[in-house]
Amino acid sequence: MGERAPGVDPKLLEILVCPVTKGPLRYDREREELVSERAHLAYPIRDGIPIMLPSEARSLDETK
Amino acid sequence: MADSLVFDRAQVRHQRNRAAARLGEHDFLLREVADRLADRLLDIARGFPLALDLGCHAGQLARAIEGRFGIETLVRCDLSPAMARAAGPPALAADEEALPFAPETFDLVVSDLSLHWVNDLPGTLVQIRDCLKPDGLLLAAMFGGETLSDLRRCLLEAELAEERGAGPRVSPFAELRDLGSLLQRAGFALPVVDLDPITVTYEDPLRLLADLRGMGETNALVARRRRFSRRATLLRALAAYKEQAGSDGRIAVRFDVLTLTAWRPHPSQQKPLARGSGKTSLIEVLGEKPDADKR
Repeated sequence: MGERAPGVDPKLLEILVCPVTKGPLRYDREREELVSERAHLAYPIRDGIPIMLPSEARSLDETK
Repeated sequence: MADSLVFDRAQVRHQRNRAAARLGEHDFLLREVADRLADRLLDIARGFPLALDLGCHAGQLARAIEGRFGIETLVRCDLSPAMARAAGPPALAADEEALPFAPETFDLVVSDLSLHWVNDLPGTLVQIRDCLKPDGLLLAAMFGGETLSDLRRCLLEAELAEERGAGPRVSPFAELRDLGSLLQRAGFALPVVDLDPITVTYEDPLRLLADLRGMGETNALVARRRRFSRRATLLRALAAYKEQAGSDGRIAVRFDVLTLTAWRPHPSQQKPLARGSGKTSLIEVLGEKPDADKR
């Protein structure tokens, strides 16, 4: 229970969608992010906990 | 838009983050209501393999229901990442007003004293319905009704007396009668809403304020006043509040817990017959002559 499992629970990956568009998410294992292409947002995963808050997400537009 | 928002969601998140570490010292109401929600699940003769705990706090409800009621996976979700972490895996942080779940995912959505912080309750209920499977159950408890009404009145009167003006201080609450129709309009079947009053007695009103803060339940009204209350105002309010004490010197504090039970529609559920399909005349049933009442 206490150990930091790397990555995110696969069960969560099956059921999560983008909270803004309700569209699909792509799991970026390297950056530990869930990417919503349609919303141009990347939601961080911290200690295995997806932070599905648009206010905490990285905007993909800025990095282009 | 922003003008009409009641709760500052960032402030709610901040309060809950701050409360997460020491919630265990102030969580007796959460645990009490968690037990009551578990009791209600006992009455339902079916299992819920995939369940969502919405507004999970530090896992108070999860501890009461995990591994029971046919629950194989219980997903914990809270606006506060610190709460979600404390609740244990699988957990995520999300806003009840923008749920990140695929349609028709859960067999059960439960919520223990969190939905009263939502600005757009109708919108949240629609999103909850969408992420439930057909015949999935929503079981949610939230504060409402006369919760903290005496404290609210004392604060209001003290502000009016000391500062010649009053600011909103405790959340506006949903009313029992609104919630049933809200559930219906959100597309739920068989909605039931009931009210359970819980009375807690306190010797010192400061302990009550400490518990409220400890639960992350101090007010997050958008319109909350920017400056701190004057000390005189708070003292006056607390003195007035203390006068409510009974003969044993303790103040009875009322919390009204509204419990919502509703199902995502499914053809197998009971429902009224179609209009006009009746075969028995009401007049026959009531035993009156057809024109007995005509003038």
